[in-house]
Amino acid sequence: MDLQLTENELAFRAEVRAFVRDNLPPSIREKSVAQRHLSKDDYVRWTRILADKGWAVAPWPEEWGGTGWSPIKQAIFLDETQRGNAPEAIAFGVNMVGPVIYTFGSQAQKERFLPRIVDLRDWWCQGFSEPGAGSDLASLRTSARRDGDSWVISGQKIWTTLAQYADWIFVLARTNPEARKQEGISFFLVDMKTPGITVRPIQTIDGGHEVNEVFFDDVRAPLDALVGNENKGWDYAKFLLANERNGIARVGISKARLDRVRHLAAIPVFGSGPKIEDPFFRAKLAAVEVELKALEMTQMRVISNRRNDGRPDPASSVLKIKGSEIQQATTELLMEVVGPYALPYEDPDERGNEPPVGFDWAAPIAPAYFNYRKVSIYGGSNEIQRGIIAKAILGL
Amino acid sequence: MDFDLSAEQQLVSDNVARLMRDRYGFEARKAHQASPKGFSEALWREYADMGLLGAPFAEEDGGYGGGPVETMIVMQEFGKALALEPFLQTVVLCGALIKHGADTEKRAELIGKIASGDLRLSFAHAEKQSGFDLNDVATSARKDGDAFVVNGEKGLVGQGDSADKLIVSARVAGGRRDRDGVGLFLVDANARGVTRRGYPTQDGQRAAEIGFADVRVEPHDVLGHPDDAMPVIERAVDEAIAALSAEAVGAMSEALAMTVEYMKTRKQFGVTIGSFQALQHRASEMVVALEQARSMMYLATMSVSEENAGERAKAMSAAKVQIGRSAKFIGQQAIQMHGGIAMTYEYKVGHLFKRLTIIDAAYGDADLHVRRLADQSSLFA
Repeated sequence: MDLQLTENELAFRAEVRAFVRDNLPPSIREKSVAQRHLSKDDYVRWTRILADKGWAVAPWPEEWGGTGWSPIKQAIFLDETQRGNAPEAIAFGVNMVGPVIYTFGSQAQKERFLPRIVDLRDWWCQGFSEPGAGSDLASLRTSARRDGDSWVISGQKIWTTLAQYADWIFVLARTNPEARKQEGISFFLVDMKTPGITVRPIQTIDGGHEVNEVFFDDVRAPLDALVGNENKGWDYAKFLLANERNGIARVGISKARLDRVRHLAAIPVFGSGPKIEDPFFRAKLAAVEVELKALEMTQMRVISNRRNDGRPDPASSVLKIKGSEIQQATTELLMEVVGPYALPYEDPDERGNEPPVGFDWAAPIAPAYFNYRKVSIYGGSNEIQRGIIAKAILGL
Repeated sequence: MDFDLSAEQQLVSDNVARLMRDRYGFEARKAHQASPKGFSEALWREYADMGLLGAPFAEEDGGYGGGPVETMIVMQEFGKALALEPFLQTVVLCGALIKHGADTEKRAELIGKIASGDLRLSFAHAEKQSGFDLNDVATSARKDGDAFVVNGEKGLVGQGDSADKLIVSARVAGGRRDRDGVGLFLVDANARGVTRRGYPTQDGQRAAEIGFADVRVEPHDVLGHPDDAMPVIERAVDEAIAALSAEAVGAMSEALAMTVEYMKTRKQFGVTIGSFQALQHRASEMVVALEQARSMMYLATMSVSEENAGERAKAMSAAKVQIGRSAKFIGQQAIQMHGGIAMTYEYKVGHLFKRLTIIDAAYGDADLHVRRLADQSSLFA
């Protein structure tokens, strides 16, 4: 047993840290630190910086641009890039559809799509949830039927994150309405420019535009839009969701957020002095740090124990629950720091040219708090995760 | 980074687990508790024969060359079984005082006897007024020629009524709450001037209030420098915190296992209560709390060897916070989900809860350690 990083891992951590420090454009860093929304260009720019270094799709097989890093190194990389306030990889390509394509896709699909994910020439979005299929995803109703040399897809997807930027969408659709609900689903890759696709924005409680509805109105996709075998889409979806939960603890993000808490709390904003001088506040901050320290260690335990059978490790449900709760707690601490100046509203997507009200760092804090209620809902709600733990770990 | 036990450590773990399974069922524990010393002397002998009592000590001191991981292994199994033997007092706490405070000769003399099972020790440190302030020592040690004469009252001394010898902290200089001026003195428990009043504690163990009236301590029984023992005491307490973290994780995992087993067998409304989602989700929350606690047990265990006292103390405080909070949640929920049966004295789960409650309170509860951390820099350098 040895909980220290090896010399090699320490050197790697220093290398990643220095790389982020020296290569992350300051304008992007500033937005990330302040929890302002990043533009599509920001994501593309940073992804290409990583791609040039060979780090854009670290967990992938080396054949397709991956790094061959150990799981520990991958965790270090995530932690350092997150804490360094670099944009996150667009998970829909890198962590979701990419692994599905290189695991289950045809050679033609691999060659066509994978290189374009590496440097974000293709922005992917996720066509899973539907108005009637949230936690119970397998009850989805979007249908695909074969008609000559194409698939015809009809239905509606919802909560499609950043679909407004997307070039492609991966879609779960029902291909056999007679089969048991998990057994009649297939997995498709669809060009967002295809006629019949309509994207409609959903404004979330923070006022921002992050998620969308995507309508499929007799959308015709070629036969090779199908991944793997017809009616096996649920297997690929489960594989994808298992990958989605990797890194879902987002320890580095929470560390960066706590750095921000400490930074802002040290500013004597109000007459009562810096917030950090309030012992009750400090105690709450310390309690969150303890949870995060424990989570960091729990994550390392899960990673070191990673099974290679392609099934989701039920321990990742622990990471999801705790990770989301801690992320939410950090946004609450920031609410305390900003105090009354949480009040003024600024459009998160359109800052305009008006000078900020009060403090220039204040406006994104309340929206981030509101917005982060999502993290205990998406990726399998925390209640779904508790169900997984009860079943898969406790055998209940 | 590697969380696996070595082959040797795995063997120790398996052996202790087997011994506890065979000899420390809950009925057997009741018998051990009812015996004169409040624990099993026969098992103490077996621990010695298995090498557990010398496991965490260096070979040159008369131990078997293990360390904090071996302590963690033993304490986890003790936690599951609610073992009563004075391993924490003798091996962990007094062992650390001797390891870090005594000279080579004294270490060889005492650690060999601990390892062979021939010496049980308790640390007589806390006093009625001291609360969780380790510096608060009113007991005095007056110089008399080369020797010292100890006077004062110590309280809540774990297994102090059965210990063969006591390590007593006493002040040679300074005010009552000064960090400097405290020494460690090895005293025979039956020495002239020592009076002991033993009593049972809430967790089924025993403790003693101990008086020292003009107890004479010869120079060779002074451990280390007689007026600068606080760094050693703090270090020993840190090691005890790490060991208690492991004991708590053992007790929590047992409480959870019992609860889940009960959920699978207890039927109400014609179905097992484990089929109810409200209870399933609560049990899942117990898993989260347990795994977070287990992570901090590892952190505390690995931090035992941290030489920087400030960093070590921070890690121990962090462990205390997580362990204390997890222990309270798991202990309370284990009782709630069992229902009435857990309220009975004859059923084990309530005793796990009580031990967990006592562990949280030991060396400062979760809230006290949150406050300590609140006055420090971030846990994330």
